[in-house]
Amino acid sequence: MTTADLARRPNVIPTRRRRWVQRTGFLMLTAATVLTVAPIILIVGLILVRGLRAITPEFLITFPTDGLRAGGILPAIVGTLWLAIGTAVASVPIGIAAAIYLAEYAPDNRWTRSIRVAIINLAGIPSVVYGLFGLGLFVLFLRLGTSILAGSLTLAIMTLPVIISTTEESLRAVPNSFRVVSISLGGTHWQTVRRIVLPQALSGIMTGVILGLERAVGETAVILFTAAAVYLPTLPASPLAPTMALPYHLFVISTQVPGMPIGIQYGTAAVLLIFVLGLNLIATVIRSRARARRQW
Amino acid sequence: MKPGSLSAPPATPLQPSLYKIVVEKLNLAYSDGKESLRDVSLFVPANAISVFFGPAGGGKSSLLRTFNRLNDLTDVVHVSGHVWLDGVDILDPRLDIISLRRRVGMVFARPVALPMTIRQNLTYGLELAGQQYGARFEEAVENSLRAAALWEEVSDRLDDPASSLSGGQQQRLCLARVLALEPEVILLDEPTSGLDPISTEKVEASLQTLKTRYTIILVPHSIQQAARMADHAAFFLEGELIEYGPGRQLFVKPKDRRTEDYVQGRFG
Amino acid sequence: MRNWSRAAFVEFTATQLIRAAGYSAIVFVVAIFLFLIIQGGPAVIQVPTADLLGPRWYPVEGYYGIVPLLFGTLLVTLGAAVIAVPLGLATAVFIAEVAPRWARESLKPLVEVLAGLPSVLLGFLGITLLAPALYQRLGLSTGLTAFTGSLLLGWIAIPTIVSVAEDSLAAVPRTYREAALALGATRWQTIWRVTVPAARSGVLIAIMLGIGRALGETMAVMMVTGNAAVLPTGLGSLFRPVRTMTATIAAEMGEVANGSVHYHTLFLIGIVLFLISLAVNLAAASVVFRIRSRAERVLS
Repeated sequence: MTTADLARRPNVIPTRRRRWVQRTGFLMLTAATVLTVAPIILIVGLILVRGLRAITPEFLITFPTDGLRAGGILPAIVGTLWLAIGTAVASVPIGIAAAIYLAEYAPDNRWTRSIRVAIINLAGIPSVVYGLFGLGLFVLFLRLGTSILAGSLTLAIMTLPVIISTTEESLRAVPNSFRVVSISLGGTHWQTVRRIVLPQALSGIMTGVILGLERAVGETAVILFTAAAVYLPTLPASPLAPTMALPYHLFVISTQVPGMPIGIQYGTAAVLLIFVLGLNLIATVIRSRARARRQW
Repeated sequence: MKPGSLSAPPATPLQPSLYKIVVEKLNLAYSDGKESLRDVSLFVPANAISVFFGPAGGGKSSLLRTFNRLNDLTDVVHVSGHVWLDGVDILDPRLDIISLRRRVGMVFARPVALPMTIRQNLTYGLELAGQQYGARFEEAVENSLRAAALWEEVSDRLDDPASSLSGGQQQRLCLARVLALEPEVILLDEPTSGLDPISTEKVEASLQTLKTRYTIILVPHSIQQAARMADHAAFFLEGELIEYGPGRQLFVKPKDRRTEDYVQGRFG
Repeated sequence: MRNWSRAAFVEFTATQLIRAAGYSAIVFVVAIFLFLIIQGGPAVIQVPTADLLGPRWYPVEGYYGIVPLLFGTLLVTLGAAVIAVPLGLATAVFIAEVAPRWARESLKPLVEVLAGLPSVLLGFLGITLLAPALYQRLGLSTGLTAFTGSLLLGWIAIPTIVSVAEDSLAAVPRTYREAALALGATRWQTIWRVTVPAARSGVLIAIMLGIGRALGETMAVMMVTGNAAVLPTGLGSLFRPVRTMTATIAAEMGEVANGSVHYHTLFLIGIVLFLISLAVNLAAASVVFRIRSRAERVLS
């Protein structure tokens, strides 16, 4: 008789009362899970149902008019795209490099532990505090002004921990035997990382980057002080210009604009949601395709 | 430092110039205090198969990894003594380790096919060395595959992923990968331990052919393999070198009681 | 070799850049702290400490009492924790121990979706649907209350708790469960007497990180808690407007004059937030270094 057999014959061992307790317990857990998960479906469904109605081609490519109460949200979409690109450019190289250091180079000492503690702290800092920091350093001290640049740099620092963690995990997942073989063939540390470890970890890294960007795209509190403008009549002309952005736009039109048509609010929310879900989907697809194509 | 002046003279008087590697009073200890090698001195003749055998934990793999300085990757804390390769001490910290590792290649116990095509596996070492792709690459690929007795089986699918090969084929691919760099010494650490008898036979046959051009050091995974392959043999027990000499001598008429016990299977 | 010096140069540069990137994390944390101190420090000088600890936050008239904001944060966060911790842990246990494979494969992505939802979206639904509903159903004077905020925050914090706790539970070796079952325990007993205790530190971290997530949330609370900086007075305060520290900064920073007392005080509040999150994170970190952690990935 194996353990599995024992487990499969409950009438032999547990009492009826214990079975009742178990059944109730499982029921409660199921209920809790449903309670957790149902709102997700409700939220997504609600926003999409009510918002898709408002999403016409004009909505996506025209500017707001009538004090934001009519027209489209093009500048907000473009602004969000710019911020995403800027954040990616600023955070991805540093994030990946830092992860490479932790996974492939760092010795096991106090300094390395401090780096890890620093990363954990960066991950836990409230977004509004990042906003303050961005305001103080980039907007004011470095005189970048309220700009895409200031916003992107601040968002980049905020995104670093996510990128570093997922990248490090992907690097560590690459079998150590590959490294040993590469070194035994006369490869240097960096050659081994560049030619074998990084390419094998690439899909995991991309997943992490996309998830990090997903967060950055939805962030409002950070860009509140560093990049965002309520209304701009033209698209931003340079990285030093302020910009509109989807999450901030949604915030403004749902809280600051009297007489705001609810349709446009839902429409804006839907566009933001589609953005975020789209990124999520891409990350998931990359992750599952990579798992299938793995050569180890 | 001339080999002849070592305290433990070779069992058979070989010419000094025929020694490829000379180990002199090598001591090796790990950070957990475990001593791996204690006062090991021996000679590895060129163009022959030398076998390091003995029970597990004897220090054979550690010694092998010293020859290509792969021990640098582990937590070795204490190394003393000398290891002369063609008269140059490879334990010297100023040594160019990269070129050492090209001259001294290694095949590991588990076949490790790099996650690329067969062809790319073979040219990987060349690319590491900074060589550019060219006709020489194709030559190297074919020559090394032939030398490892793998050419017939894979010549029509060089661009398939190496992971599509069987275990025995992958191990021969690892051997070919080392050969592509045209080394002088080939180290093999229990290379056939996971392979079926046919693949094992193919690998052993290749080694017998290769020994005319290379110096081969083999850690066998069975005493029978040791007896089959050894031109020259060294018996290790718990970090100490007990006895070494021509293969025939160690397996037929060993000088040390412990060697005889192990060879006869009384322990192991 | 011909290319020796060039290859060595590349190797050296790459290694140095990588090392610099590694240490940049420390640089950033220190920089953030320094900037907060530089801009927030003057508030400690310009505003008497007694005032800072006073019960009124009304900058227009010169009242800079942070305490009501602190209480607002604590109240909303506590309410969120009351919701998020039981639900989150229960969901984590369900996913890790009870759910069949097909359910697990759909639930985990769903929770990830919730983790990725921008808080401004939830705040939007909060003021559009939730607050009016609460206003009508509960007969309150307004739907924008601490309770509303706690509800939103609760669901925002749940994914963090679920991910980290589920990882820890899944990491408990199968042999533990099998041994318990072999001794005659039911699956239910195994879960609560063997598996969860074995994952104790991971579960603890999950809770701490979830609370940290709730503490730091800005937009959702700003949109639905009513933004009245008052000291909570008893349980009824839960159903009246409050204001959190995060919402205060976000709401008022846009209107302050650079360099004014108000400006500095807002930075001071930022310092307080930074220190609180530092405390939570250091506590979590002290546990984290004892287990293989994927917790860092889901801190949000």
